[in-house]
Amino acid sequence: MADSIPLTGIEDLTAASKPRPLTLEILHAWVTTVDHKKIGLLYIGYALAFLVIAGLEAVIIRVQLAVPLNGVVSPQVFNRLFTMHGTTMVFFVGMPILFGFGNYLIPLMLGARDMAFPRLNAFSFWISAFGGLLLYFSFLGGDGLYGAGTAPDVGWFAYAPLTAKVFSPGHSTDYWTLGILLSGVGTIGTALNIVTTTICMRCPGMTLNRMPLLVWLYLVTCFLVFVAVGPLTAAQIMLLIDRYLGAHFFDTQAGGSAVLWMHFFWIFGHPEVYILVLPAFGFANEIIPVFSRKAIFGYPAMVAATVAIGFISLGVWAHHMFTVGLGPGANAFFTLSTMVIAVPTGIKIFNWIATLWGGKIRFTVAMLFCVAFLFQFLIAGLTGIMLSASPFDWQLSGSYFVVAHFHYVLVGAILFTIFAAFYYWFPKMSGRLLNETLGKWHFWLFLIGFHLTFDFMHIPGVLGMPRRIYTYEFDRGWAVWNLIVSSGVVFQVLAIGCFVFNLVRSYSRGDPAGPDPWDAWTLEWSTASPPPVYNFAALPTVGSRRPLWDLKHPEDPDSNYE
Amino acid sequence: MRELIDMILLIPPSLNLAVPTDIFSPKGTPAHLIFGLSIFVLAITAAIFLATAGLLLYVLVRFRHRATDPDREPAQIYGSNQIELAWTVIPILIVLILFLTAARVIFNTQEAAKPADALDVVVIGHQFWWEFRYPKLGIVTANELHVPVSDPSHPTPTYLQMSSADTDHSFWVPRLAGKTDVIPNRVNVMWIDPEAPGIYLGQCAQYCGTQHAKMLLRVYGQSPHDFDAWVAQQQRPAAQDPSVAEGQAAFLRTACVNCHTIRGTVAIGRFGPDLTHMASRDTIASGAIRNTPGNLKQWIDDPDRMKQGCLMPSMHLDDRDLTAITAYLVTLY
Amino acid sequence: MATASITHPEQSWELPSRGLVGMICLIVAESAVFIIFVVAYIFYLGKSTSGPMPRDVLEMPVAGTLCLLSSSLTVYLAAEALQKSRVRLCSLWLAATILLACVFLASTAREWYQLIYQDGLTIRTNLFGTTFYSLVGLHASHVIAGLVMLLLALVFALFGRIGDAHAERLEILSLYWHFVDAVWVVVFTVVYVLGR
Repeated sequence: MADSIPLTGIEDLTAASKPRPLTLEILHAWVTTVDHKKIGLLYIGYALAFLVIAGLEAVIIRVQLAVPLNGVVSPQVFNRLFTMHGTTMVFFVGMPILFGFGNYLIPLMLGARDMAFPRLNAFSFWISAFGGLLLYFSFLGGDGLYGAGTAPDVGWFAYAPLTAKVFSPGHSTDYWTLGILLSGVGTIGTALNIVTTTICMRCPGMTLNRMPLLVWLYLVTCFLVFVAVGPLTAAQIMLLIDRYLGAHFFDTQAGGSAVLWMHFFWIFGHPEVYILVLPAFGFANEIIPVFSRKAIFGYPAMVAATVAIGFISLGVWAHHMFTVGLGPGANAFFTLSTMVIAVPTGIKIFNWIATLWGGKIRFTVAMLFCVAFLFQFLIAGLTGIMLSASPFDWQLSGSYFVVAHFHYVLVGAILFTIFAAFYYWFPKMSGRLLNETLGKWHFWLFLIGFHLTFDFMHIPGVLGMPRRIYTYEFDRGWAVWNLIVSSGVVFQVLAIGCFVFNLVRSYSRGDPAGPDPWDAWTLEWSTASPPPVYNFAALPTVGSRRPLWDLKHPEDPDSNYE
Repeated sequence: MRELIDMILLIPPSLNLAVPTDIFSPKGTPAHLIFGLSIFVLAITAAIFLATAGLLLYVLVRFRHRATDPDREPAQIYGSNQIELAWTVIPILIVLILFLTAARVIFNTQEAAKPADALDVVVIGHQFWWEFRYPKLGIVTANELHVPVSDPSHPTPTYLQMSSADTDHSFWVPRLAGKTDVIPNRVNVMWIDPEAPGIYLGQCAQYCGTQHAKMLLRVYGQSPHDFDAWVAQQQRPAAQDPSVAEGQAAFLRTACVNCHTIRGTVAIGRFGPDLTHMASRDTIASGAIRNTPGNLKQWIDDPDRMKQGCLMPSMHLDDRDLTAITAYLVTLY
Repeated sequence: MATASITHPEQSWELPSRGLVGMICLIVAESAVFIIFVVAYIFYLGKSTSGPMPRDVLEMPVAGTLCLLSSSLTVYLAAEALQKSRVRLCSLWLAATILLACVFLASTAREWYQLIYQDGLTIRTNLFGTTFYSLVGLHASHVIAGLVMLLLALVFALFGRIGDAHAERLEILSLYWHFVDAVWVVVFTVVYVLGR
């Protein structure tokens, strides 16, 4: 038919005829780009650099805590390290890397040529990036008027009134506030772009019901961004006004409330962790079906569960405040809402298992990371249930049990799916496959390191070890567990080393990938690897959730069943 | 090196599960209530884990791709409403059971009726020490909280009314109760009732600044007889031993009096701990340092060297004053 | 060649306008920020330990409010005029909107001058001062941002640079303006009606 579009054999021949560009030209192209793919890669590269930096901060923390009464770093330096580690990992690793993948993939998956607002896209990246640099400039930024220290040391959630001028003189807290404020502006901009692209730029035939699940997950994520980042921005502005204009939002001496900061922060903070985890689910939703050779089980249920998680996550924030003395009524309510969110989350896990059921599972490196994700996310969710029972939380909160729980989610679930996403989509982004052998080294080393560190970390928690302490006494009985926890760091560092080496080496010497190395089914695999700047020679039209499946299996297309 | 040897020597005892701050070794009613709930929650989550992880493992093994498989995609199954319903309803039921159990413990702990014989203590959190005031007994002390043990047939719990003088803190003695935050401009109430005499350890559990790590807690559960004796001793004004008069004079003329109280003298400072009976305490620096004359002298000389970042400044005393003041404080039983 | 699912659709494929969706997203995000400042204001009502209280010093800004709310009407008329390619009429209504907004800002400025220099209420005086100035100030800053955009639109209109092709953009700007007015309705109710 004259108006049907062949999907293979599309090559961009324009690049071959240009002479090799100067370094300055390449740099200029990257700095001024508004192409969603380049911006996505900028986000990802930026996040990887900060992953290494924040990882080093964690290494020092673990070396300090490996034995009791250790003297590797002073208490002041330690307090800065855990503050910077947490702040960096959430705002300058997690957010950028997930929005980087979203930026790259969403227009391709929707059959669009770019995001809705390309210049806003670039602006969002650069302002977020500047926020991160501003935060790290604090290490150099001088001691403030009272010689009170450089990098912020108030913890990543910066409870008032520790952040008041009187308790945190100098400018260290301000670097924290401003860095996050700027990053929040960028995040809202990117979320606006993703939502607008999703609603307004889907290719013909792609109803909302036919979008890849990854796009649905990003859609709900962005809704959470709109509702949750605002409160954080507001709280940061209030803190700045308190510190510089003498206001009293969180000034307990003037009748202000320390608890109000906690409410505002956690109204942001809890949805924030869902903002981080939903895209991770999105990666799993794309990768697990392809390597099981089966469609995702229960697409509508997955969408409904995602939307439910989005809404419920707005109503659980005070489970971070069970020990604040809100009263039994509030404690009971937030126990219930937090437990309820386990229901749609569990539905997702069961749907993934059902997807695997009856399939032909191929254990590529991407799939290995997803399998580990499934076990680890299950455990993380179950320790979350323990924490949701308010009285149990009165013992566990503020201890290493909570640290173990949230690292289980952030590393065990989110970082593992991010690694899976790398192995799955790197071929699309670069045209080359990552080396599977190195990938398996990466996987097994990181798995061992992760479990050594974060499985055993639960134990000091139940033995009474609080978090954010730079050292501990011999007589507490925490020493041997901390040593084991710290030993896991070695494996994780080696694993990341393998990973970075794999990325660098495969970029120039990896096996060519071709447009569709995994025999997958969504639109990004219908164009070249890497895609030309215009994404598709002609915008596709789709008739089902898996357009490439329909092409490859014309005798049994998905459109018969939807 | 010595620390490494110390650490290795402590591995055997640290493997002992009855470590001093183990939440699974409750010694007071709130901790017991929480322990009961936690076992229930652990049992349910363990069951869920075994079932789900077991199923997942089975699926991964049974349905893995084998080289001998026919070269055909497997049957595509898009979903099933009945199955979705099943694994929505069952989790909701589990959630309901867990919630009701937890809610019962919440109300039993936070709305427990206060017995008439309960002891009242006001707790004030400071950077980086604990102030304890017994308003009906006229006692003010620091860092080491003495309470009577509680007999179930005639309960005598201790009710703690807690607030902070500066930043957020949290009172956590795991074997007695869950933690409750100590917040400025807010009073939080919790209760403890140790069931047997002994020392119950804990520490601040909400990051409060540089020396959050060494804001330790020591709760001394005492038999009624021992507690009454302690109260009587604490109610007396400070000892006036003439042999350390020089030290007392030195103390009273230096800036020490700006921060510390010694009842019966002109020292009425409130920023730092009450020193009236400081020699009766086992530790100084909020549990971080053993209270020996040698340690005390070093502490007074340069607190920052022993607890870096603490808010007590060095008074830069000459050696004569330092020795005299130490000798004086050591007599304050 | 198997191309069963990549074909042209029978019906037309129409999706909402990007500008409209983008502006709605922005409004949702900004609403979240405003809600927090409103919550802080309500939470701290009656909790100031000293200093002037709302009922002592606040007067209902009736004139300013009427101006701001009518400016919603004038900006709507401006957008409608542009849609019918009546650029001069559009400029007229835009100018009216800007004027009304300026009157609103001037009345706020006058109110603040009085509060600061006659009543002794500043942002650092007490909790009321803190929450009042930050909430009203946040709103005023959004009015100013909208004002700048409206001025730009007016300048382009006067130079004959806009036509009915830009009608949708003006409509999206007017949506932002309606949002700013809606926020004022909330702020007015909370601060001057309920809070006094």
